[in-house]
Amino acid sequence: MDLLNAIVALSNFVLVPAIAYGSQLALGALGVTLIYGILRFSNFAHGDTMAFGTMVTILVTWWMQSAGISLGPLPTALLALPFGMLGCIALLLVTDRLVYRFYREQKAKPVILVIVSMGVMFILNGLVRFIIGPDDQRFADGERFIITARDFKQMTGLEEGLAIKTTQALTVVTAVLVVALLFWFLNRTRTGKSMRAYSDNEDLALLSGINPERVVMYTWMIVAALATVAGVLYGLDKSFKPFTYFQLLLPIFAAAIVGGLGSPIGAIAGGFIIAFSEVTITYAWKKVLGHALPESLAPDGLVQLLSTDYKFAVSFVILLIVLLFRPTGLFKGKSV
Amino acid sequence: MKKLLLATAATALLAGAAQAEDVKIGILLGFTGPLESLSPDMAAGANLAISEVNESGNFMDGAKISSVNGDTGCIDASLAVASAERLITSDKVSGIVGGMCSGETTAALQNAAIPNGMVMISPSATSPALSTIEDDGLFFRTSPSDARQGQVMADILNDRGIKEVAVTYTNNDYGKGLADSFQAAFEKSGGKVTLNAAHEDGKADYSAEVGALASAGGEVLVVAGYVDQGGAGIINAALDSGAFDTFMFPDGMISETLEKNFGSKVEGSFGQHPSAAGDGPEKFKEMGKAAGFEPTNAFSPESYDAASLILLAMQAAGSTDPNVYKTKIMDVANAPGEKILPGDLGKALQILKDGGDVDYVGASSVELIGPGESAGSYREIEFKDGKMDTVGYR
Repeated sequence: MDLLNAIVALSNFVLVPAIAYGSQLALGALGVTLIYGILRFSNFAHGDTMAFGTMVTILVTWWMQSAGISLGPLPTALLALPFGMLGCIALLLVTDRLVYRFYREQKAKPVILVIVSMGVMFILNGLVRFIIGPDDQRFADGERFIITARDFKQMTGLEEGLAIKTTQALTVVTAVLVVALLFWFLNRTRTGKSMRAYSDNEDLALLSGINPERVVMYTWMIVAALATVAGVLYGLDKSFKPFTYFQLLLPIFAAAIVGGLGSPIGAIAGGFIIAFSEVTITYAWKKVLGHALPESLAPDGLVQLLSTDYKFAVSFVILLIVLLFRPTGLFKGKSV
Repeated sequence: MKKLLLATAATALLAGAAQAEDVKIGILLGFTGPLESLSPDMAAGANLAISEVNESGNFMDGAKISSVNGDTGCIDASLAVASAERLITSDKVSGIVGGMCSGETTAALQNAAIPNGMVMISPSATSPALSTIEDDGLFFRTSPSDARQGQVMADILNDRGIKEVAVTYTNNDYGKGLADSFQAAFEKSGGKVTLNAAHEDGKADYSAEVGALASAGGEVLVVAGYVDQGGAGIINAALDSGAFDTFMFPDGMISETLEKNFGSKVEGSFGQHPSAAGDGPEKFKEMGKAAGFEPTNAFSPESYDAASLILLAMQAAGSTDPNVYKTKIMDVANAPGEKILPGDLGKALQILKDGGDVDYVGASSVELIGPGESAGSYREIEFKDGKMDTVGYR
């Protein structure tokens, strides 16, 4: 029985990866939830928006790397991030002008806008593949680890190692900063307040002189920035491939709906709930239990509830349960 | 003018005559799909054998051979069947070099080749399931079955004194076939496989898969995957989390990419891939370089051998009918007879014409066993100082 080793193994394989993954999902879900709250439709193009922002960031990163610009131990992509955001903002504003505005003026029903967003999704899908290709791209550079498993073992003399990647720490720090900034913006600034007013009651907001087109524009800009940050962090931590970004749509929507669509706090909570469920349910607990339990109780089997292949099924099941029993989500968002 | 007309008529006649004796060989490979980078050099290998035979002029009273390509997509069974059907019924080929990947080969064999009575020699389908398939004596392969590779892997581990391993495989016919045959061989020899788990290709993150493998434990992680796909992701995640630092690499992982990306990080890791020592491979290398393709790429020698075997068997049987020459393939591939290396095809055709025997060795040391598959010789490699070193041949 060895609790310390159990905790270290748990952190290495469950806590650290799940926290990083949860932060990435939370950022993605914030974008989805903002669009739902303010523009009133589920944006299926969100995964590919993330891919587009990340792609621009990657291209700028490559250019910076070739020009010899770097951030030392931190990934160069952080420097390129603002450019990625600008590119993504431009893309979303153009899409809004060309596509969504037409339907908004028609006062189209949300379900039509959802279908429209699927069309946009397919076009973005093609656009990203056309520019950067369908393959894996790696753009992480700088120091890979804050602490490697081997160093940790040597330092502590423990049997289990704990590795923390720079990108994992970076993900959490950036996510906290971005979320703090977003909440300050929504709660303290005039524009933020007008966005919330528009979200709560469109007609009242119009009567009190809020310009709807401005609100829509700011929403797209914030969503673009959030999507790019989420996409770049995910790509740095794992790898960039257009198809995986498309697949991310499911856990992101699950996170947004679990937390309650339209509720920013809910999106963050939802992101972590989905991430922790996915990781803990598919993790084989044999090692941790072997350390934590007395010898006689140590398990022989893997103690794995579901094979890792079913990772996405976990978000699906959570999504179904929430929709069945609490359609407004944990934080009382709008019902779907 | 009269002369010109005469000449034209003569050429037309000649062309017609040549066409009548023309023999077509189908080349059925995954020109698109996940192994599309390998297929051009494989097709070039097969075509090299064909042009060598054409130049010798000894084939079937001077008949000329041409090749027709068919695409299988490597993982697209319906495309493979459609292409095979087209080669057989519309292009009227007399033999097929292919298919490329195990699943697609099985589909093409069962749905097109067997119903039409066509011989298929695959250079690269290695699934053990193809050893026991009901094939009416029409299917052969110049690559070894993965059942053999599984045995070789168990031997390597036993020689190194490793008793416990975890296995992860790419979730398809190749990965599963290899992982299962390895597990059977290793457990029979007293080893223990702590976990034999699949991974999907093309994911961004393999930390969950590695987490399960790490929990199961083991001295070495066997990665039966693709180096350009999930295999690399698994190694990355395993190194990142410190779960494993020694790996065993089967044939799908061994390549320059592996050495380039992971060379220095996987010190002491080892593996094996089908490769023969001796004169045949050397000679094929020279010929391939001269013909302008990359003869050392995986399965290019095997493709040359597959095409050669079809043509030699036709010559030995004196017929291009698949149902006649299929019985001769084992004869020309194995002893007794004169040893035939790459470049000797003209000589071999002459010997067969005179009623003699040949023992085709070819570019990959062909020795067909059991149901018509290569016995297989493997090169064992190990990573030393960031480089892939040859340890020996098995």
